[in-house]
Amino acid sequence: MRFGVVIFPGSNCEQDVIRATQYLGYQSEYIWHGDTDISGFDAIVLPGGFSYGDYIRTGAVARFSPVMAEVIRFAEAGGPVLGICNGFQILTEAHLLPGAMLRNSGLKFICKQVSLRAEDSVCQWLDQPVGTILQFPINHNEGNYYCDAQTLSQLKANGQVVLRYVEADGSTAPGGSAPNGSLDDIAGICNERGNVFGLMPHPERMVDPINGGTDGQPFFTTIVRKLAEVAG
Amino acid sequence: MARYEIYVTYKQGIFDPPGATAERALANLGYEGVNSVKIGKFIRLDADASLASVTEMCGKLLANPVIEDFRIETVEE
Repeated sequence: MRFGVVIFPGSNCEQDVIRATQYLGYQSEYIWHGDTDISGFDAIVLPGGFSYGDYIRTGAVARFSPVMAEVIRFAEAGGPVLGICNGFQILTEAHLLPGAMLRNSGLKFICKQVSLRAEDSVCQWLDQPVGTILQFPINHNEGNYYCDAQTLSQLKANGQVVLRYVEADGSTAPGGSAPNGSLDDIAGICNERGNVFGLMPHPERMVDPINGGTDGQPFFTTIVRKLAEVAG
Repeated sequence: MARYEIYVTYKQGIFDPPGATAERALANLGYEGVNSVKIGKFIRLDADASLASVTEMCGKLLANPVIEDFRIETVEE
């Protein structure tokens, strides 16, 4: 099992992903954004950071990095792709996931621990029972997920909403629990097939218990198990 | 060589946090009658490129059609 972690100019969470996956016993290597060969990897992770200084829009320039043509091909062939934070923003810009990211509604860069509820989704990266509450850190300025009403109803109907922001007790506050104003409290979505998954929170930082929690482990172990099942 | 001036703004109905903040700040300063403030981007392009090509650049990179509209003005030198 070999994870590939793409480094764009301005990525800064790539080492977190490498360490998290290696902690779980998987092979994990960096992929430079200028590379055009990603063969030999079983899963691709686009890490957090500020690729290309977030210029134009978050993820807008990274989306055209040479490696992205290969990542898109890999994803369209059913290969598992995970986008965390800036990686999620890149996935929406690349149209591998629907919608777009807006500035946080409060105009603040938010850096805090949040509670998330696992939803009933087709996501191949997570098979936690529906309603499981997970604790992850977020740190972003543009995590305010937006899509039009038609796309939102499709996301819901297809089981593409993977994670929602909730209160610590799992409830939803009146007016919503998203700290960033995200539409319908959405924290993470996947594509229709479930192999491409993007989320604003950072599961890779909750893998090694030394960081204060292990809620991020199921993301990586689930996709590895699913790949093993497919391989038979 | 042609000069293009491009205005990128949020689509109708999309919440614009910087615009809303400026709107409140103007009200706090005592300016009455400001009904709406929208903040967007201005891009100036000097290019040997047709309007069709610049339109393509906008749709692909300079604006995100999911959330933004753009308007291109060709400036006569």
